[in-house]
Amino acid sequence: MGKDILRSGFETFEHEADIGIRGFGTTLEEAFANAAAALYSVMVDITCVDQKEFRGVNVSADDQEQLLVEWLNALLAVSDIERMVFSKFEVRIEGNRLAGTAWGEHLDRTRHHAHVEVKGATYHMLGIRQEDGRFVAQCVVDV
Amino acid sequence: MDPRSFEKVNDYCWEVPRTGDMNVPGRIFASEKLITEMDEKVREQVRNVACLPGIQAASMAMPDAHWGYGFSIGGVAAFDPDEGGIISMGGVGFDISCGVRTMKTGLIKDEVLPRLERLVDQFYSRVPAGVGSEGLIKLNTSQIDDMLLGGAEWAVKKGYGVKEDLAYIEERGRVDGADPAQVSATAKKRQEREMGTLGSGNHYLEVQVVDEIYDAQAAQAMGLRKDGVVISVHCGSRGLGHQIGTDYLRSLANAAQRFKLPIKDRELASAPITSPEGKAYFGAMSAGINCALANRQIITHLVREIFTDVFPEGRLTMLYDISHNTCKVESHVVKGEKKRLFVHRKGATRAFGPGEIDLPQEYRHAGQPVLIGGTMGTSSYILIGTKEGMRVAFGSACHGAGRSMSRTQAKKQWHGRDVVRSLEGQGILVRGHSYSGIAEEAPGSYKDVTEVVDSAHHANLARKVARVRPLACVKG
Repeated sequence: MGKDILRSGFETFEHEADIGIRGFGTTLEEAFANAAAALYSVMVDITCVDQKEFRGVNVSADDQEQLLVEWLNALLAVSDIERMVFSKFEVRIEGNRLAGTAWGEHLDRTRHHAHVEVKGATYHMLGIRQEDGRFVAQCVVDV
Repeated sequence: MDPRSFEKVNDYCWEVPRTGDMNVPGRIFASEKLITEMDEKVREQVRNVACLPGIQAASMAMPDAHWGYGFSIGGVAAFDPDEGGIISMGGVGFDISCGVRTMKTGLIKDEVLPRLERLVDQFYSRVPAGVGSEGLIKLNTSQIDDMLLGGAEWAVKKGYGVKEDLAYIEERGRVDGADPAQVSATAKKRQEREMGTLGSGNHYLEVQVVDEIYDAQAAQAMGLRKDGVVISVHCGSRGLGHQIGTDYLRSLANAAQRFKLPIKDRELASAPITSPEGKAYFGAMSAGINCALANRQIITHLVREIFTDVFPEGRLTMLYDISHNTCKVESHVVKGEKKRLFVHRKGATRAFGPGEIDLPQEYRHAGQPVLIGGTMGTSSYILIGTKEGMRVAFGSACHGAGRSMSRTQAKKQWHGRDVVRSLEGQGILVRGHSYSGIAEEAPGSYKDVTEVVDSAHHANLARKVARVRPLACVKG
């Protein structure tokens, strides 16, 4: 996934004291992957994060919306524990299970323009929808 | 909101009448100006909380209230376990026991200013802060369990700080009821390298000077004098607290469904206090409180080491340590009856009045110090709890200024470098780990802390004792 697709595949939006993240995709999986890119764009400049290593994440949930929150929070936990940031994501969803892979590297605060920590992905404005033939996955994150 | 849409109790208290599914009325403590500027969503959230089972007296919001996940920031609510009361993750938040600790230097401004820059540069380089920072100590799982049980008391035993510090922390530095077994392995793993770190966002380490005293007697009891210099730390329970929040948001949201609780908003994530899920959250959340207390204790130790390096003649002693994202078991009188309640304070400070046994000896007659953080450019305040506050708000007060502008908007409006330069022009040294982080925290993106504090004072939730203004600030 190149930088251009990353740029066009996600966005952040204003929300009160926090920030909302939104991923787009032609498939649900792609929208989830791009939502993760949006999440990391809140913390660092992801265009500066090299894809040197990868980590796998497996989560399950009762519904797709909760699955999105679980996926993002599982990534945040890996980042916190291993001091890593990611810039490329791949997701496979089967029913209520998700297997994801994230590519990135150990955090370099200067080179990655580290910005603010994210405490957690929340249920606020949590939604998965299809519009104009593409999937949109979003929620607000607590910073 | 339109003040006329409330039932006015007095100039600083506005009631949301009990209607529909509400078990109690709502009460917002604020001046007419703050009510007018306050987000309509606060009313909705106050009403949602009023519908929760077992709620006592009223669903409250403090003067700095604004929208939050589930509860408003500034939301206060107490629940009785014997009346089917619930415990809610949305009533505590992600940063469990985030709080403020203030220490006295024993020095005055003129003594500090010549070495201020050296001090703040040392703080900046030696106190771990910002995204991905690591603490100076690493704990294994069994050490983490000890820390979660022992709080600041554990930290002192490990050599961080002195025993005398503990008397000046709520619950003397360690809450009962912590159950490390209810804290996930992931949460513990996240904390291994994060003890003694400040974090980012609105967390800070600040050198402040007392520039106004409102209550000479209480100030004296606290050892505050005009021009005296204090140091304040604002931080919380770090990755462990965030993970507990994440874990229990899910488990309590599911529990709320299972128990068919009348939840108006999934983020109110609640379970009956006496249910296995409720007990598990209380045990984990209490462990999170102890983690925050231990974290601030370790930072205190670091701050002391640095301070003594720069000012060998000074000595840092505790003023007080408050937490503003908690659920605690406390005794309160409701309709003439003394009850054991689970008091949620989310972005609200405990403000116990005079006579409470939990207070250190020298404050017992005066009341609990209430530490209210401002912004980098504006004042912070030290208040004191009142008997009236115990009666009307379960001994609670505001916690800070509260944002008035989104982070995105703030970044559009200001650049971090300009914020630093402008504050330097006002005589405030700022060191930050991220310029964009500083822009987001620009003083202009917050409400007027003075209006908030004056409202708490006039509502008699807490009384003003002193105002402090920043001399130097390290941002995470």
